Amino acid sequence: MSTRSVIPFGPQHPVLPEPIHLDLVMEDEKVIEAIPSIGFIHRGLEKLVEKKDFNEMVYVAERICGICSLGHGLGYSEAVEHIMDIDVPMRAKYLRTFWSELSRVHSHLLWLGLLADAFGFESLYMDCWRLREDALDMFEQSTGGRVIFSVMKIGGIRRDVPDEMLKDFYQRICRMEEELKVLSKPFLNDMAVQTRLRGVGILTAEQADALGCAGPFLRASGIARDIRSTGYCAYGDVDFEPIISNDGDSYARTECRIKEIFQAFDIMKQLLNKMPGGDIDVPVKGFPNGEYMMRIEQPRGEALYYVKANGTKFIDRMRVRTPTFANLSGLVETLKGCDLADVPILVLTIDPCISCTER
Amino acid sequence: MNTEFITVNPENIIDESQKLKFKGYHLMQQCATRIPDAYELIYSFGKDLEVKQLKITLPEDQEISSITSIYPCAFIYENEMHDLFGVQIKMINIDFEGKLYRTAIETPFK
Repeated sequence: MSTRSVIPFGPQHPVLPEPIHLDLVMEDEKVIEAIPSIGFIHRGLEKLVEKKDFNEMVYVAERICGICSLGHGLGYSEAVEHIMDIDVPMRAKYLRTFWSELSRVHSHLLWLGLLADAFGFESLYMDCWRLREDALDMFEQSTGGRVIFSVMKIGGIRRDVPDEMLKDFYQRICRMEEELKVLSKPFLNDMAVQTRLRGVGILTAEQADALGCAGPFLRASGIARDIRSTGYCAYGDVDFEPIISNDGDSYARTECRIKEIFQAFDIMKQLLNKMPGGDIDVPVKGFPNGEYMMRIEQPRGEALYYVKANGTKFIDRMRVRTPTFANLSGLVETLKGCDLADVPILVLTIDPCISCTER
Repeated sequence: MNTEFITVNPENIIDESQKLKFKGYHLMQQCATRIPDAYELIYSFGKDLEVKQLKITLPEDQEISSITSIYPCAFIYENEMHDLFGVQIKMINIDFEGKLYRTAIETPFK
């Protein structure tokens, strides 16, 4: 009869850039149960909303995370704009959507690099991050920042992007697309890579839905839930279908994210082709009064922004439900029955962002 | 997004959650907001792109039942509400007993 033991995984581990802890209950080499533990770097940023002017709070929201920075600023701004009934100009909506997709590209490329590193394919890891640099360069040129952009504001955006620069971006996106076609082949076709990913950490559609999972982690289990389909920002003006896979394993999650990068290129090209002119912001008068729950599709999945305002310049409550927070239950489920050697890969396949989770 | 909040009494939360579960809704989030002498809890449920939100006003000294028996994934949200706000929740399936967040002061959002 085998004996059970508990192996602590994290908070410091070579595969984890950020701290999360798992108590792995093991029977020989198999994981029987995993109990997650977070809270090592909780910052309490949501509480700052009581002390910061609601306009300044955009900067705080952007600093929740360095990878999802743009989405956090966008989600918070949209929630306040809904409360104040502000109609953001179309050009600002298009540029917000363009940057959101560029953010998806850089986030997924970062994740692909980390995955390649986790299964020991270092040159592939560096190639992914080299390609990601092009996305960061475009961010730097258009917003002035590579990590924190500070380009969102209540009522629109802070910087316009010249049309010549947008034309140049179109060409660069086409070049990135060609490079990604080459780069994606090892992930999708290499036998050694498939051995590490195929059939590992299967999450069925029923499990993913019942556990409230989000993003590519959910869609790789066959559920076509993508909040962009609600048409917020300028998503209502572009053609796209949620990308899904029915296998629900680590390979399916990788495939979904790769296809989502190609889809992001396509959406960005559609936006550039019909970029409207005009203003980029509207004046904001008065203070917000009311409450709203905004949902957006961050690169890692659905994020929720609840804002409750009281008619003064300070807001009563801002709550951010990040996709990693929602995916922790799904992670625990996928770990049940897996080999100890697969735990690092499985933790990675939810694309964990602990910085977001510890907002 | 539907911003309507359906007001629910704390003692009915299990029944209401059960009804939504039968209708195929998944749990999106739970959160607390501090109001004078009480907490305002918001439970969001989704089905495809549709959303239903329950709002519960819970007096500060009153307990509320956990919905982890219906939605097991609620444990993470309920532990968060307990650790940050001090909301008293009974029968959470995985109860971290105040240790989910390692905060310098107890219930910092209270």
